[in-house]
Amino acid sequence: MAKLAVKILRYDPEKDPAPHHETYQVEYEKSTMVLDVLFMIKDFVDGSLTYRRSCRQGICGSCAMRVNDRERLTCYTRVAEIIGENGGEITIEPLANLPVIKDLVVDIGPFFAKYKAIKPYLIHDPNKPVPEKEYRVSKERTTHLQQFGACIQCGACYSACPILGSDDDYLGPAALAKAYRFANDPRDDARAERLKIVGNEIGVWRCHTIFNCTEVCPKGVEPTYAIQQLKRMTVQRKLGFR
Amino acid sequence: MLQHDILIVGAGLAGMRAAIRAAEIPGVNVALVSKLHPLRSHSGAAEGGINAALTPDDKWEDHAFDTVKGSDYLGDQDAIDYMCEQAPAEVYWLEHAGTLFNRADNGGLDIRSFGGAGRPRTAFVADVTGHALLHTLYEQVVARDIFVYEEWFVTNLIVENGVCKGVLAWDIVNGGLNIIRAKAVILATGGNGRIYHGRTTNAWSNTGDGIAIAYYAGVPLADMEFVQFHPTTLKPNGVLLTEANRGEGGYLLNSLGERFMARYAPSKMELGPRDLVSRAEVTEVEEGRGVDGCVLLDIRHLGEAKIMEKLPNTRELCETFLGIDPVHEPVPVRPGQHYTMGGIRTNRWTETIIKGLYAAGECACTSVHGANRLGANSLLDTLIFGRVAAERAAEYCKETPPPQVSDSWLTREEERIQRYLKREGKERLAQIRNELGQSMAEDMGVFRTPERMERALQKVKELQERVKHAPIDDKGQVFNTDLLGAIEIEGMLDQAEVICVSAIARKESRGAHARRDYPKRDDENYLKHTLAFYNPEGGPRLEYEPVTITHYQPMERVY
Repeated sequence: MAKLAVKILRYDPEKDPAPHHETYQVEYEKSTMVLDVLFMIKDFVDGSLTYRRSCRQGICGSCAMRVNDRERLTCYTRVAEIIGENGGEITIEPLANLPVIKDLVVDIGPFFAKYKAIKPYLIHDPNKPVPEKEYRVSKERTTHLQQFGACIQCGACYSACPILGSDDDYLGPAALAKAYRFANDPRDDARAERLKIVGNEIGVWRCHTIFNCTEVCPKGVEPTYAIQQLKRMTVQRKLGFR
Repeated sequence: MLQHDILIVGAGLAGMRAAIRAAEIPGVNVALVSKLHPLRSHSGAAEGGINAALTPDDKWEDHAFDTVKGSDYLGDQDAIDYMCEQAPAEVYWLEHAGTLFNRADNGGLDIRSFGGAGRPRTAFVADVTGHALLHTLYEQVVARDIFVYEEWFVTNLIVENGVCKGVLAWDIVNGGLNIIRAKAVILATGGNGRIYHGRTTNAWSNTGDGIAIAYYAGVPLADMEFVQFHPTTLKPNGVLLTEANRGEGGYLLNSLGERFMARYAPSKMELGPRDLVSRAEVTEVEEGRGVDGCVLLDIRHLGEAKIMEKLPNTRELCETFLGIDPVHEPVPVRPGQHYTMGGIRTNRWTETIIKGLYAAGECACTSVHGANRLGANSLLDTLIFGRVAAERAAEYCKETPPPQVSDSWLTREEERIQRYLKREGKERLAQIRNELGQSMAEDMGVFRTPERMERALQKVKELQERVKHAPIDDKGQVFNTDLLGAIEIEGMLDQAEVICVSAIARKESRGAHARRDYPKRDDENYLKHTLAFYNPEGGPRLEYEPVTITHYQPMERVY
């Protein structure tokens, strides 16, 4: 076991005028994840420390936070691996670009509003027959789409995107990656509509290929790639190529 | 006034499937309520796949037989028949809704083998099938604009004269209690694995809240002693490695490098049913052939390409939590609590004994899984019976007037919540939680003895007293997770009591309930479901109910 100083941005909306850092001393070992540290404090030091968590295995998307100024899934980040980043101290803060409700909990409403805005569901043309069994989809196409389907909607990309830092209207990387996933599903019939939704100044054209989203995504989704592909598809459509 | 025709508690696969079906029925107003955002539900952690008799050489009747045998003949066969017969249509529904199932070379659904199955019949999405299905269902919820009370915690059911009229729910974000009136309530709150905290695959949120409130309302909990231990969980934290590792050809090895399953399930080997494999692993370790309390899962011979196509999440989990790359090294695993076959007793139409109250998914005991569940049958169960619950509830709503609920329900519940916040003492909630988990893992595990089971029960009773002296640090209204934890642990302690009492009373071994003192199955005395009724004066009161047998008389269960 080794010692660790953890600085956490606390905020009690019922008491505090503003967020402030509090420092705690804990011990960790090789297998300790950042989320485990939060539990050590909540369980035995201060039960009012508030954060979202559920699966603790990197699939539910609850526990994305800023750790040492970088978006991570706290359940998936080993303390031992990041301890050197900041002189032996770890700082934990809530995601950026979303209003803070309390401590490390942010309002995910705006994030999911953008998700909903891009029509995140398969749309069939009602005039086309539906197969009795499954649609045929190639292995290659499936593997490609699964990369974008891997998104757990954790919000890390949304927090990391500097465009969202100054523009609340930008749809953001996760929503756009999801739009790409459906626009390229051979079973979908709504590509033109989808490109209209994202081919504008709150959609793909707000992306300036900063790549923060791709860097912080814990599931390898690569939203930057998806957005650039959507830009191509949008231009091609406008110029009458497809 | 908050009011709906159908209110669904829990927004995982069962809950969302029910909501989607209900939204299709004209004139039905439906809403979901969940303590989590729907996409955070633990259905999303399911990995391996979903069963259905899809291939030309398969029949749903065979799937049903495998399920009955897997259940060690405790499953209700009419419900099992229905589930297996409906399965193919449900898988095609999921695919038409956009699920990114893995494909065979011809572009059709790829199928893998899974435990206890007579032939391969598991459709899958790499090893993140639950994640894929959860997201597909939420997409459909959004497409239909179904209302969700997001991050509302249901603290109690409103039941009057045997009729359910709604729920009481705490608004987690803003604080404060609310009545949500409903003609029908569907409980789809999932499992209770955190009773085994420290030795479970389950999420922090799997505290069995729906099971607890149904119990308090007078609905019996059935077969709670049947707790599934999944054979391949990680030692440091209980995280699941999917059965698909074995389905794709992985081996289980002991310290001598032997595929020891040859001695326990010579025909099915690593793909025996989970209870059998978990017992095999524990026996190997007890007899000195373990590796640091574990056995080894070896998938090296599958090759990197296959692992990246079909088991990429497994690789990532091993690297993240163990620093091991399973492409190159075997992975130590051991049995961990994973699923409760037991739960809220329902009939095969998801109805409970309370009018207007239904249950579906892991929180329910229908019983399609009997004494042991086959892998890839739970994803199926949630979808089939989620849909059935909606249809049944909708029919009921048509002939039911809007419920009259007095505000005195709110006042009484507010007082009850205040009592939590006013608690004093020197105990810590986390300590209670940790001790419960440790005790259950040690004394109510894969193999059970009368002394250990009694010790587990005594520990639960001790903790039920001590928890009354565990104060809540957070006295605020906004996002008070400390308060939620206090409510959750009490429900877990009561469920643990039911598990212990039910297990002690069942003097046989069947499926996942394996007793050293009664090592054989006893159909003459125990071919029946345990029913545990809440009894505020003393411990749970037990009754028994026969198993519904249609085609398959109990036979010896060998693999």
